[in-house]
Amino acid sequence: MSTPHVSIELRLNGEPYAITQGLTAADLIDQLGLTERRIAVEINEQIVPKSQLGATALHDGDQIEVVHAIGGG
Amino acid sequence: MTTSHDTPFTVAGRTFASRLLVGTGKYKDMTETGQAVAESGAEVVTFAVRRTNLGQNADEPNLLDVIPPSRYTLLPNTAGCYNARDAVRTCRLARELLDGHNLVKLEVLGDDATLYPNVVETLSAAKTLVDDGFDVMVYTSDDPIVARELEAIGCCAIMPLGSLIGSGHGIQNPYNVRLIIEQSNVPVLVDAGIGTASEAAIAMELGCDGVLLNSAIAHAREPLRMARAMKLAVEAGREAFLAGRMARRASAEPSSPFAGRING
Repeated sequence: MSTPHVSIELRLNGEPYAITQGLTAADLIDQLGLTERRIAVEINEQIVPKSQLGATALHDGDQIEVVHAIGGG
Repeated sequence: MTTSHDTPFTVAGRTFASRLLVGTGKYKDMTETGQAVAESGAEVVTFAVRRTNLGQNADEPNLLDVIPPSRYTLLPNTAGCYNARDAVRTCRLARELLDGHNLVKLEVLGDDATLYPNVVETLSAAKTLVDDGFDVMVYTSDDPIVARELEAIGCCAIMPLGSLIGSGHGIQNPYNVRLIIEQSNVPVLVDAGIGTASEAAIAMELGCDGVLLNSAIAHAREPLRMARAMKLAVEAGREAFLAGRMARRASAEPSSPFAGRING
C-alpha cells in the first residue's frame, strides 16, 4: 500500500510547476533532464550553487529560475 | 623594421592580443556563430543569460559548446535588463553558470525603442556588483561625467555607445568618445553602433582600447568575411592611432619635390 504523494506547486521559469513534496533542487534538475547541462539555478532570488542543489529542499511557492547561455551582444 | 610594439590590451588584470570583442547574437545558427567568432580573432566573447527551455529541445546545441570557456574569455551580459536589480541577479546567475568567473558586461537599458542606457540604474547596479567582487565592463552613454562616475565606482572598463544598439550608425559623437578616452584611467571601448569596418577603425584611431560589436558581423551579407574585415580594421585603426596621423592642412602640398622639374 503506497501512500498518495503530496504535491507542492513551484513557480519554475515563470510558469506553475507541480512536483512531489520532499524533493530537492537536484531532484528537480534531474527530472527536467538538465543534470549534465551548463545551467545556473536561483531560488527565491538567491543563487543555489551546483554543490548545494542536492541539499536544497523545495517548498510550496518557491520561485525557481533555471538559466543557460544563449547568443547575445 | 623598426615598428614599435604595442602594449597588449589589458582589462581587470587579463591580457589579450586582440582588441576586438564580439557578441554571439543574431547568427543563423550555432555553427555560423562559432565560425564568425573564430574568424574575428576575438578572445573576449559576450553572450546573454536566459531561462532554459524546459521539456523541449533537450539536445539543442549549447552556446558554450561552440564558444568553449577553455578557449575564450566569456563576457556574460545583462542585455534585456531594465533595472539594477535584474542586472545584478543576471550577473550572479552568470557567475554561477561559469563556475565563479567574475568578468561581466553590465548594461541596464532605458526602453525598448532606443535601448539607450538608463545611467541611474547602471550606476546603482555597478556599485552593487563591484562591492560583490565582480569585474564590471560597463555599457553607458557617451556622457563623460557619467563615465567618470562609473570609473570612480570601480568599473574595470568604460564602454560608451557609438550610436544606438543594432543601428549601425557608427560613432555619432567622436568628440565625446575622445573626452572619455582622455580622462579615463581604465580601458575605453566603443560598444554598440559600429556598422562597418571603417567605423571600427575610427573608434581605434580615436584612441579607444578596443571595440565591442555584434550586429555589424552577424547582419552582414557574408558574416565570416565581415568578421575578418573587423579584425583587420581594428588592427589598422590601432596602428594608425599609434603612428599618429598627419596634421590637417588648409591648402595642398605636393608629395613630389618641386626642384628638378623639366619645365623649371
